[in-house]
Amino acid sequence: MTPRQRRVVLVVGILCGVSLAGLLALSAFRENVMFFFDPTQVAAGEAPVDKRFRLGGMVRPGTVDREAGSLEMSFVVTDFNRDVKVVYSGIIPDLFRENQGVVAHGRLGADGVFVADEILAKHDENYMPPEVAEAIKKKHGGVMPVNPDPRSAGAGI
Amino acid sequence: MIVESGHFMLVLALLAACYQSVLGLVGPALQRSSWIESVRPAVYAQFVFVSLSLAVLISAFVQNDFSVLYVASNSNSALPLLYRVSAVWGAHEGSLLLWAWILVGWTLAVALLSKGLPAAFLARVLGVLGLISVGFLLFTLATSNPFERLLPAPPDGRDLNPLLQDPALAAHPPMLYAGYVGLAVAFAFACAAMIEGRLDQAWARWTRPWTSIAWAFLTVGIALGSWWAYYELGWGGYWFWDPVENASFMPWLVATALIHSLAVTESRGLFKSWTLLLAILAFSLSLLGTFLVRSGVLVSVHSFAADPARGFFILVFLVLVIGSAFALYAWRAPLLKSNSGFEFTSRESFLLFNNILLVVAAAAVFAGTMAPLISDALGLGTLSVGRQFFDPVFLLPTLPLIALASVGIHSSWRKSRLSERRAAILVTLAVALLIAVILLLAAWEGPKLLTPIGLIVGIWLMLSALVDPIDRWRRGLSLGRATIGMALAHAALGLFVISVTAVESYTRERDLALAVGESGTVGEFEYRLDALKMLEGPNYDALRADVTVFENGRQISLLHPEKRNYWVQRQMMTEAGIDMQWSRDVFAALGEDLGAGRWSVRAQVRPLINYVWLAALLMAIGAVIAATDRRYRRKDSVE
Repeated sequence: MTPRQRRVVLVVGILCGVSLAGLLALSAFRENVMFFFDPTQVAAGEAPVDKRFRLGGMVRPGTVDREAGSLEMSFVVTDFNRDVKVVYSGIIPDLFRENQGVVAHGRLGADGVFVADEILAKHDENYMPPEVAEAIKKKHGGVMPVNPDPRSAGAGI
Repeated sequence: MIVESGHFMLVLALLAACYQSVLGLVGPALQRSSWIESVRPAVYAQFVFVSLSLAVLISAFVQNDFSVLYVASNSNSALPLLYRVSAVWGAHEGSLLLWAWILVGWTLAVALLSKGLPAAFLARVLGVLGLISVGFLLFTLATSNPFERLLPAPPDGRDLNPLLQDPALAAHPPMLYAGYVGLAVAFAFACAAMIEGRLDQAWARWTRPWTSIAWAFLTVGIALGSWWAYYELGWGGYWFWDPVENASFMPWLVATALIHSLAVTESRGLFKSWTLLLAILAFSLSLLGTFLVRSGVLVSVHSFAADPARGFFILVFLVLVIGSAFALYAWRAPLLKSNSGFEFTSRESFLLFNNILLVVAAAAVFAGTMAPLISDALGLGTLSVGRQFFDPVFLLPTLPLIALASVGIHSSWRKSRLSERRAAILVTLAVALLIAVILLLAAWEGPKLLTPIGLIVGIWLMLSALVDPIDRWRRGLSLGRATIGMALAHAALGLFVISVTAVESYTRERDLALAVGESGTVGEFEYRLDALKMLEGPNYDALRADVTVFENGRQISLLHPEKRNYWVQRQMMTEAGIDMQWSRDVFAALGEDLGAGRWSVRAQVRPLINYVWLAALLMAIGAVIAATDRRYRRKDSVE
């Protein structure tokens, strides 16, 4: 091969590799990205039935329910418009509390109950996940029902 | 008064930085040697001013001066001394000041240690660093002044976020910043070379050790953060593809590419404009990381001040820095022609592939990190990208990268001489296959494709990295630091791959519900809750559990996980109980009171997990050893 041919082969090889990687990345992206829905969207049937998604809102006071001594628990997520019941088995984060923002990862069952496999509550008690704050803000004409201000209590980086 | 003097010192530092950047950039252009000579004293002055300013802030923390808003928000009189000092960088304002101090520290190091550089070139490097300093000092003074007063002073402070009260996290930000900011040195060298329109092998030899040291800091910083997330967040993993983690990982990937591309530029005078591009990209990604983290646009486990003014400032700064660097690049890069060729399986080719794969990996991480932001901005819905995306997309370029490294490490410059090293390549591969098969037979757990692949490429790389130094040693040849450092870093990467494979393949984990006296099983392990008792710490009280762990009926660990309640912030914290053994970590974290006397317990046994961080540390040590090679310590300069 002349140097010129070799360079052409190299460039074509690189292009093929990169575009293959790009295609695979795109398909991985399609398959594995999780969308966020609030209880109103879930009630309206906008959330997918067969795919995992993120459900976010506030934990409705008085709905956290657990059979004593068991890891199984349930609670209701609300955006002050609609409610969705969530069931979960496992350890919940330290900052999971009634009347606090929460994001649950999981699937919606046929009975309309959300089966969570992961619960996220933020590590700053005044902090609300931005998407939850946004979702709730929309329902209330820009007025927050609870203090949403993320306080500056950040880690170094 | 002392506090105000800290503020004043910061203003003086800004003036010194302005002086440094103007004279450093204009002096060489006008060929005024007196201007060029006055740049270095300006650096000294800036260093003294920023240091004094930082010292004032530290003393305000140590002396519990709650009339300073920043101290009152982030400290408390009951806080132990170590954390009162580390609280300085526990939030936004102070960490910016730390950033500025580290930047001027690097600038000082360049000014002091680069005596061999041509005066005009050094002045330009210091000038560019001065410009970056100006940006950060302005940012601090305009939007994030840590010396703001709070009058009347409260009787006590609001305390440091309990999550940050931890030795690893005290060291994590300084290390990470030292890495981020160290990349500014490579960036400044690149800009100076572009301004001069000249880039030779001597340039690469000056730039390379700085880049390696910055990379080493970045590596240690990321590893410390990962270690902290492991034991302090109580999740029990080493990497979560959290956006803030990604923000530090992208510059790391590009800086890794830069180190390898600099090797080609230094040894062969090739890849010149590519090296410049990587130097610009690496620092741009550091700045982008800062923007992403500081502006609060990302959803992350790290909670940060979401202040639009700050985000806007960094965004403008980012656009200015990246924009002008790329404009300079577009203007000057065509001047930098490389004029020699190389053969297909020469070392140059392998390093080219290394660079492509690393940049592809960085691009994949970038895409996954930015996709939620872009989708949100375009109104396409709020989405999140998790490990289901990152794992396959990241492994796709990096697994071939590691396999190629095992071969490429034997290649030679310019010529295809791989056939002469065929024995070394095949023998290491065969041995790696053999060891992997033996290990897999000993611990077979059904077909998992990535387990054998990870083991083989990891062991192969480790062996390949050691072939050359062992061979030289046996033949009584001298071993330069560059050789030792390179071998150590690559062997450590192999170790990293092996330990990650082991953790991903053989972890046992389960959430248990236990009352005192009860036990639960996790794979072949049994966790027994023996006791629960109350304790009191300096600024918290805690519930502490005694957990005994058995393996096949034999006791292997006694763990003491705690649930702490910090008084001031009224925050519950999980303090995991971890028994580090040479081959694994036995881990327990307390969940919550489940009622009926039971507590939830997160039980995990992770093999080799400590080697993940040990490998990162070894890589960093390797980089430092290589950066102190004799050829970088010579005083004379080659034009």
